[in-house]
Amino acid sequence: MATDYEAVIGLEVHVELKTKSKIFCSCPTTFGGESNTHVCPGCLGLPGVLPVLNRKVVEYAIKAGLALNCEIAEFTKFDRKNYHYPDLPKNYQLSQFDLPICQQGYLEIEINDNQKKIGINRIHMEEDAGKLVHQGDNIARAEYSLVDCNRSSVPLLEIVSEPDMRSAEEARVYLEKLKAILEYLDISDCKMEEGSLRCDANVSIRPRGQRTLGTKTEIKNMNSFRSLQRAVEYEIERQIDAKEAGEPIVQETRGWDEVTGVTLSMRSKEEADDYRYFPEPDLPPLRIDRAWVEELQQQQPELPAARKERFIQDYGLPNYDAEILTNSRALADFYEASCSLYPNPKVVSNWVMGELLHLLNAENLEITQSRVTPERLAEMLQLIDKGTISGKLAKTVLEEMFKTGQPPQAIVQAKGLVQITDESALTIVVDQVLEANPKVVEDYRKGKGKALGFLVGQVMKQTRGQASPEVVNRLLKTRL
Amino acid sequence: MAKLNQLTIHALRDLLDSGQVSPTEVLDACLKRIEQVDPQVKAFITLIPEAARARAKQLEDLGKDKLATHSLAGIPFALKDNLCTKGILTTCASRMLANFIPPYDSAMVEKLEAACAITIGKANLDEFSMGSSTETSSFFPTANPWDLERVPGGSSGGSAAAVAADEVIFALGSDAGGSLRIPAAFCGLVGMKPTYGRVSRYGLISYAPSLDQIGPLTKDVTDCALVLNTIAGHDARDANSVPVEVPDYTSFLKEDLQGLRIGVPREYFFPGLDPRVKELVQKALLRLEELGAICEEVSLPHTEYALPVYHLISTAEASSTLARYDGVNYGYRAAADDLDTMLQKTRTEAFGPEVKRRIILGTYALSSGCYDAYYLKAQKVRTLIKQDFDQAFAQYDLLVSPTAPGVAFSFGEKEDPLSMYLLDFCTNPLNLAGLPGISIPCGFIQKMPVGLQFIGRPFSEGTLLQAAYAYEQSTEWHRQKPDLDNDCI
Ligand SMILES: [Zn+2]
Repeated sequence: MATDYEAVIGLEVHVELKTKSKIFCSCPTTFGGESNTHVCPGCLGLPGVLPVLNRKVVEYAIKAGLALNCEIAEFTKFDRKNYHYPDLPKNYQLSQFDLPICQQGYLEIEINDNQKKIGINRIHMEEDAGKLVHQGDNIARAEYSLVDCNRSSVPLLEIVSEPDMRSAEEARVYLEKLKAILEYLDISDCKMEEGSLRCDANVSIRPRGQRTLGTKTEIKNMNSFRSLQRAVEYEIERQIDAKEAGEPIVQETRGWDEVTGVTLSMRSKEEADDYRYFPEPDLPPLRIDRAWVEELQQQQPELPAARKERFIQDYGLPNYDAEILTNSRALADFYEASCSLYPNPKVVSNWVMGELLHLLNAENLEITQSRVTPERLAEMLQLIDKGTISGKLAKTVLEEMFKTGQPPQAIVQAKGLVQITDESALTIVVDQVLEANPKVVEDYRKGKGKALGFLVGQVMKQTRGQASPEVVNRLLKTRL
Repeated sequence: MAKLNQLTIHALRDLLDSGQVSPTEVLDACLKRIEQVDPQVKAFITLIPEAARARAKQLEDLGKDKLATHSLAGIPFALKDNLCTKGILTTCASRMLANFIPPYDSAMVEKLEAACAITIGKANLDEFSMGSSTETSSFFPTANPWDLERVPGGSSGGSAAAVAADEVIFALGSDAGGSLRIPAAFCGLVGMKPTYGRVSRYGLISYAPSLDQIGPLTKDVTDCALVLNTIAGHDARDANSVPVEVPDYTSFLKEDLQGLRIGVPREYFFPGLDPRVKELVQKALLRLEELGAICEEVSLPHTEYALPVYHLISTAEASSTLARYDGVNYGYRAAADDLDTMLQKTRTEAFGPEVKRRIILGTYALSSGCYDAYYLKAQKVRTLIKQDFDQAFAQYDLLVSPTAPGVAFSFGEKEDPLSMYLLDFCTNPLNLAGLPGISIPCGFIQKMPVGLQFIGRPFSEGTLLQAAYAYEQSTEWHRQKPDLDNDCI
């Protein structure tokens, strides 16, 4: 019988903090911009310029630590991580080695209605590197490469989980929850596509029941939640296949290829660097004042878990709805704004989670990019209540709102989508349909209930969906 | 009568403030002297006479009354060439930075500009300050004005030689292990390494960031106090700079040492010390007692470990600090077809042997498997060395020792790096402990100057100046000048 394997997964997540200025100089952190325009002698690594720590970065790190239930260090320091690469102007990165600012926390995730705590090993502060632009596919084959230091010294938090995840789905859910928390804290944009949220996964397998860990591989280049899940799924399968075939699993870094859907070896541990960490002499160590931590704790905003609880309590939403709606701060804000204008929480939830998310996902847009505002959504729901449009028509109206951003009223009028409730007008159509379908009429009278549905459909077809289903039903029944 | 370039800052201030001489006249005297002696002394890597003349003219236009409100108005000076000057070549005496023009000024340049002093040029040094003789400069060695066959000390050798040769009135240097005090001793000057954090390091091209401190090289103690008044103070751009108030250092210049308790660390009279230096230091101690001080022997038991600890920490920091010189963004770049070759060739071709030696030592000390045994252990011993000083300063206001174990030596005399490293025996413990120290002349051995070192508590520069001034005023050593005119015709 084949061995039953268990996957062991840990994630290392880098988030860019959205402070106004960089971590060790006053350059802006704004994404994009002409190459090398957000730079100064400091973040260019010119000699003689010293790092000066941005206090906001420490504040954000503490906020993240508190939200992730970490211990906040009383004494912390920066270290130099030494390695040569042309995108790193000083050829060392200021990071934190043995005394990170936050340690030993956890994050709670929910999988199939089960709660699970994922340990947070540490959170540390560090500076980002610059970016290389190759004239060619990579640095080895490029005709030349250019260095853009706009991103150099942008503040990062590295959040390292314990190897507590057991499936690719758990890994994805953990990352989604982490993103949600960071968004709620308003300390990062968390945009995977812009690189402000980056994730590496450590993956190993072991026979179920075994306590020691198997050899792990580190997976890089995953640019979305979906690719994280796919990459980890693939890697688990690959390792199981290797084990079953009697091949060794090599400790190495592997890159995820989105197009082919496989992970490929990038470099093995033998070639790994010795980073020669040592304390940064240009920055004195930090003492984190307990009163400051206390103050930040007081200022913490409502986090996803608390908001979800509130959604269940105050709006009477089911667990499932509350989980999805609160997993994005912007979505939850949208929902609450809509509810305040149209106080029927479950109806709003159905529309937001159903049609609206469907439209957003199809276009790969965020709720913040939606042309449908809470005001417009509420107006549309009121049109349904007034009977101006049917629920079915409302879907068409919403699609149009989503595309054009116009108010629902205008769409309804422009497209002549107003529901026909006028009985005399509808009676004519109903009579025509009955006349044209004598066999169906007979079926109905013989007791075939389904036949009514067909007849309603025919009326709707004739009226291009504008007939009020209620009125049509009533008219048909009285005539039959 | 003495020429203008031979005078001190305070003597010139009187002449400038009263309008007896103009900044241009002082500058011209210096430039003339440079023209006359620098081909032999070779103190400068870069001279900026036109900019200096324009500045002198500008200051004159301000009028003498307005000028008199600025502490160093119209005083020509030299900067060690590891202090960044906007738009002016800053080389660290290395091929690596032979073409480097910083887009910014160091804090020192800003302060001295604000004080209306006049930059004359950038002075030679050991490459990236790694050396004690200025012989490791990639460009040329600087000669000692007291004997052109000898070294001026290092690494701030160009700065010291320029002042000793009366080419400038004062100079700034930096000191990671003795780099201001050794040249001061060898060239018969006053050299002060202030407390770590007293002077902003912004714009100083570092050798070892936890040890480096900028300080003045002057012709006497009064000038030292005047320059320190200008350069000391907190700077938010240097996180290690300390917000301690800056007193008027000239207020400490008193000739009385009544009741001052001076400790004499036994370990600083080590076997490598020239007995003639020891004799001069002992004479100086007698003089200090005559002035009212109480001198007693004290022990700093971990002194013998300071030298290896210093070299482990300084080389470790340097190996990382100098990693940025890779030919990618600025400085020297070797031609090559691929990145790795470019990196290797750049560093091979542009760093001199002493820099390479220290980078390799430091890289080794930090490498995995060696870190605990070398770097970490060195940091622990560094704490013990600090504690030695703490204990001594519980009993004494000051400590006194020789500055260098001997007088300036001849070029090429110390080929063995270890014998060169021994020169810093009495100076580098202060850097490890972050303490201030001053070297002042205390006699001559066969016409070569000898230095006496005072060591103080953190931020006790005032006390150091007081003792140094009282001693200086009771001697004539500081009034002697090298007889360069016969050597430079
Ligand atoms: Zn910058």
